[in-house]
Amino acid sequence: MSAGFKGMDVVSIRDFSREQIEHVLKVADKMVPIAKGEERSVLLEGYVLGSLFFEPSTRTRLSFDVAMTRLGGRVLGFDQPTGASVAKGETLADTVRMVDAYCDVIALRHPQDGAARLAAHFADKPIINAGDGAGQHPTQTMLDLFTIRKEKKDMEGINVVLVGDLKYGRTVHSLSEALAMFGAQLTFVAPPSLQIPKEQLKQVDSMGQKPKMNSSLQDVVADADVLYVTRIQKERFPDPSEYQKVAGTYRIDLDLLKNVKRDMIIMHPLPRVGEIAPEVDRTPHAKYFEQAFNGVPVRMAILGLVLGGLK
Amino acid sequence: MKEFKVTPIRNGTVIDHISVGMALKVLRIVGVKDDVTSTVSVLMHVPSKKAVWKDIVKIEDRELDPKELDKIALISPNATINIIRDYNVAEKFVVEVPKVIKGIMKCPNPGCITNKDEPVETEFVVESKKPITLRCVYCDRMATEIAENLR
Repeated sequence: MSAGFKGMDVVSIRDFSREQIEHVLKVADKMVPIAKGEERSVLLEGYVLGSLFFEPSTRTRLSFDVAMTRLGGRVLGFDQPTGASVAKGETLADTVRMVDAYCDVIALRHPQDGAARLAAHFADKPIINAGDGAGQHPTQTMLDLFTIRKEKKDMEGINVVLVGDLKYGRTVHSLSEALAMFGAQLTFVAPPSLQIPKEQLKQVDSMGQKPKMNSSLQDVVADADVLYVTRIQKERFPDPSEYQKVAGTYRIDLDLLKNVKRDMIIMHPLPRVGEIAPEVDRTPHAKYFEQAFNGVPVRMAILGLVLGGLK
Repeated sequence: MKEFKVTPIRNGTVIDHISVGMALKVLRIVGVKDDVTSTVSVLMHVPSKKAVWKDIVKIEDRELDPKELDKIALISPNATINIIRDYNVAEKFVVEVPKVIKGIMKCPNPGCITNKDEPVETEFVVESKKPITLRCVYCDRMATEIAENLR
């Protein structure tokens, strides 16, 4: 099964079976000492990652860079399209075909939905989707699963509460599908205007997990094993007044944490803008910085697998 | 009820059992505009044994290509195509909803990459035939509003 990873595009979490995801997580676990710099590796020496970021990103871009560099490979690309031929009106298809000739693997972040699938259509080398529009962000999903499994060991039957922008937040959609596949019980907490889209809910439901919905975090937080918080993203709102109305509705602070399970963990894909009070960082519940670090071993595993350096 | 009579045509295509109300959309699909040079007959809201009411379109001296048939199937899955040659029905078949739809419809998601100037055909997978639900291969968005997005 692992032989099937070489040359594979990583476009959507839906392209992966449960066994394949488990394999990625297992390989990622082995990458942790290299990701921490405790061990050195030349596994991907001579390989080049094309890092095409058409949208700003800190964590995803840096962790791809670090992952490739820690494995002995090199990175070229851009972190904003200004100045690139893209700004001169080049199509994504042409940019991808050009970079495909220079690199061994491409990580792509793009504002349009489906951009990664289009890139995979034109590139011979593997495309790794680093987030496309409101669509998929499979490596984020993998690192989220890695974090949950590391903390909770088993995902079957755990209560995961997802809170915040569940309508526009792309991480939540792919994560909820993957969690349902692993047998987690999901609760979606959001104001009605930002609740999980029906289509997404149906997808989760079809996996045999009846998700719950609520608009009050207080009502459900006591039973949570994992509290997954997302930023309410201003840039996704067509109407600024709608943003103002809902921003700050679900703030996580020490007061909220009074009645939670002792081993409940709080995750956030970051950046946060006031959703989690800074004093929460000092509690054992806070796992979002570990989560951000976990992007490195997970992306190392994916790069190694698709390039054939890892089995 | 008075029987409805359809005048036979010599050569061309009779599209029968069109879902009622869809005839004008079928005309758009087959490219019938103001400058037609052959006779085109449109019958709307015709009594039907199968579905109570139906529409019929008859186009003389014209046979349809596979892309046009796919489009008709998407908006009217029970339509039948009668190819007429020298007053005889040379072929008769029910349109078939294909498993994959390529290039004939735009993605209803304005944020989809296929709505930008990229050199790529749109592609949809038919997820359900009743009602017709398509999934964009690129952005994964489900589409049910078919007629409005046909090219």
